[in-house]
Amino acid sequence: MAEPLLTARGVAKRYGPVVALTSVDLRVDAGEIHALLGSNGAGKSTLVKILSGVVAPDQGTLEVNGRPGRMARPADAARVGLATVFQDPAFVPDLTVGDNLRLTGARAPEVLAHLAGMGIEQVDLGWLAGDLPLPLLRMLDLARALTRDPYLLLLDEITAALPADLADRVFDVMRQRRDAGRSVLFISHRLAEVLAVCDQATVLRNGRDVARFVPREVGEAGLVAAMQGAVAASDPAAAGPARDLATAPVALEARGVSSRAGLEDVSFALRAGEVLGVAALEGQGQDVLFEVLSGLRRADGGEVRVGGTPLVARTPADAIRRGVVLVPADRVQALLPQRSVGENLASTLYSRPGRWGALRLGDERRRVARAVDRLQIDTRAQRQVRRLSGGNQQKVTIGRWLTAGFTTLLCFDPTRGIDIGTKEQIYRLLRELAAEGTAVLVYTSELAEVPKVCDRVVVLYGGRIVHEQDAATADETTLLSAMHGLPGPAGAGGLGSDREVPA
Amino acid sequence: MSAAAAPPAAGADRVSPAAWLATHPTAVLALVLVALVIVTGLIEPAYFSVDGLRNTLLLAVPLALMAGGQTIALLTGGIDLSVAITATGAAYVAGNQSPNGALVAILLGLSVGLVVGIVNGVGVGVFRVNPLIMTLGMSGILLGLFTSWAQTVLQGSTNVAPLIRTLGAGSFAGGLVPWNVVVGAVLAGLLILLLTRTGFGRMVYAVGDNSFAARLAGVRVWQVLLAVYVLCALLAAVAGILLAGRNGSVDLQLASSLLLPSVAAAVIGGTSIFGGWGGYPGTILGALILGVLDRMLTYLGAGEAIRFTLYGLIVLGLSVLYARLTRNA
Repeated sequence: MAEPLLTARGVAKRYGPVVALTSVDLRVDAGEIHALLGSNGAGKSTLVKILSGVVAPDQGTLEVNGRPGRMARPADAARVGLATVFQDPAFVPDLTVGDNLRLTGARAPEVLAHLAGMGIEQVDLGWLAGDLPLPLLRMLDLARALTRDPYLLLLDEITAALPADLADRVFDVMRQRRDAGRSVLFISHRLAEVLAVCDQATVLRNGRDVARFVPREVGEAGLVAAMQGAVAASDPAAAGPARDLATAPVALEARGVSSRAGLEDVSFALRAGEVLGVAALEGQGQDVLFEVLSGLRRADGGEVRVGGTPLVARTPADAIRRGVVLVPADRVQALLPQRSVGENLASTLYSRPGRWGALRLGDERRRVARAVDRLQIDTRAQRQVRRLSGGNQQKVTIGRWLTAGFTTLLCFDPTRGIDIGTKEQIYRLLRELAAEGTAVLVYTSELAEVPKVCDRVVVLYGGRIVHEQDAATADETTLLSAMHGLPGPAGAGGLGSDREVPA
Repeated sequence: MSAAAAPPAAGADRVSPAAWLATHPTAVLALVLVALVIVTGLIEPAYFSVDGLRNTLLLAVPLALMAGGQTIALLTGGIDLSVAITATGAAYVAGNQSPNGALVAILLGLSVGLVVGIVNGVGVGVFRVNPLIMTLGMSGILLGLFTSWAQTVLQGSTNVAPLIRTLGAGSFAGGLVPWNVVVGAVLAGLLILLLTRTGFGRMVYAVGDNSFAARLAGVRVWQVLLAVYVLCALLAAVAGILLAGRNGSVDLQLASSLLLPSVAAAVIGGTSIFGGWGGYPGTILGALILGVLDRMLTYLGAGEAIRFTLYGLIVLGLSVLYARLTRNA
């Protein structure tokens, strides 16, 4: 049995009312490549930050090489031999590569040597870090970490932004580390990679470690099962009515929409009265898709059509004029925190200069009262929206479109971080809106919501739609497989093969 | 039933004085204003005369108008540091054109405000220049331009037409009511209605509170900002013309001492420099307080050094008091 290199026991962390980690045990042995798995929000990134000394745990102990390690600061982690490559490259964009390396005390020649070892030559230290493409920055970050020759290398989703050839180089490095008796903690949503290179895996779910096994022994199905836990019983009664939507007019259509920010040839048609779900792991282009559709970002290719005619949206105002409205992921983005509930709900009524004249207070009051009533917004703290609870704030972000009216609702993860009662209300509202003939596009990070709320669901992976199916039959296993870029079980309706899955 | 034991909802009609003041901060400012007037009158009994109070208003009205523009800029989370030079420039043009008649002079003076406001608004709204930098730069450019024009195209009259003098310094009803108070009151009423009773007012607060949320609501933020900076510069131009009328003549230092008071009046009046919070009634009280303060320090016969220091301390004290009062409201 190998020596334990890193042992974490009972690590817990909460951010205000949000529990990120309930209690996690983790053991990484010397000379192993260890996968840390879990779906969105399972606590992986929090655990990595704790191990790197970026955030302090509320509870729990860490041991490195058998000695208690206190990771109060990143420097402590470096001292005991841990090096991390974070999800977002840690470079100052306005400094040159050379200056960036100097900032962290890394020796440039060694970094360049490691890069050359990974087949990347001709890196100029005089380049501005901000000008470099993301994949190169990640490789640079990795090379910098390697110069410390750490006992444990933590790689947080390093392959997410890498093309296949560079990802292979990273796997080579990981294997070299293992052969040298060092260890790697590898986080990835790509299960094929985990199966190919990892010796051990620990699975997190809802802030706890729920399984530890050898990936190759359990296989892909075992990995997915461990991550998703008990399958939530889907409620057929609450599922979308089996209406025939084929005859309804198309409200919103995407034709080959692409963006350099990570969207490739996305096409779908959303009909009036339909709720179309989007499922994806983090960072698969869903945010870019919603930004393009709502006018926050211009597409680099393809076309968006509303009601059959093209929509060229330079700003949200253009999309809103055509009836396409957005409820963003972060509700704070859509709130006027110091203004009252009423003013927030009415904020969509006066956006155009044509409406800048005298307030029509009677009309405003009626519309606001209707929205408050329909969403059952708790108005006890109505003088300032910032004093409302998260769930009530979320209702306001939806309610401000109920006052103004719309034909297509883009809803990005509307139930994130709110209580179950409010969630149910929002599900019901989305269904009601659809029944009234509104088209709804909803991205959700909670797969159990899909059969409850949606008529149909598409899965995004790597910026493409790789899977589409009837939501009533969408169980989590099928969706999770597609979300991880794995071909779905036979007959589940998988659309695309995936280039990253070995044949 | 004591107030402390009452459940919050049931005791709504019995509020402690402190709590009432916290939710009605303008009442506090009004009390401060009255106290300052009384103290000033005690220092110099002659202040309690028509002339004494009118002198305060003749200065306070232009300041309140400039501070009104400043308030709107602050409400959007911006600031306008070019109000003083805009006021001076407008007055200078009005003085220069006075031989052509008061109406022409006033309209051309106001057009200075219009042009400055459009440039500021396009810079801040369309090109997203930081408002502080945009208006500071604008202020420098305008000072340079008017200094040079004073020797060339604007050479000539520096005295203002009789009508402007009447508006800026004259009174009616037996010398009781200054005309500039009438101008100020009408504009103030319109400004308050604009901010509280129109869609534009709502959008000013929305942009200042969270401009991204406003954008997501379908607001083209640049349109709001353009209108705000034009309005601000126009109010400054009116203030400048009234000041010129008060003095009877114009010079390039006319309004320069009012720049920081225009910000101070808004902040004393409870408008947040971070945007989205405040209003014009508080600013008016702030301008009046600063006007009375100015007289009081003059009557005290204190030297410049002490005047400036006291002025600074009182502005600071009032702002802190206001913040304290409203923190938990």
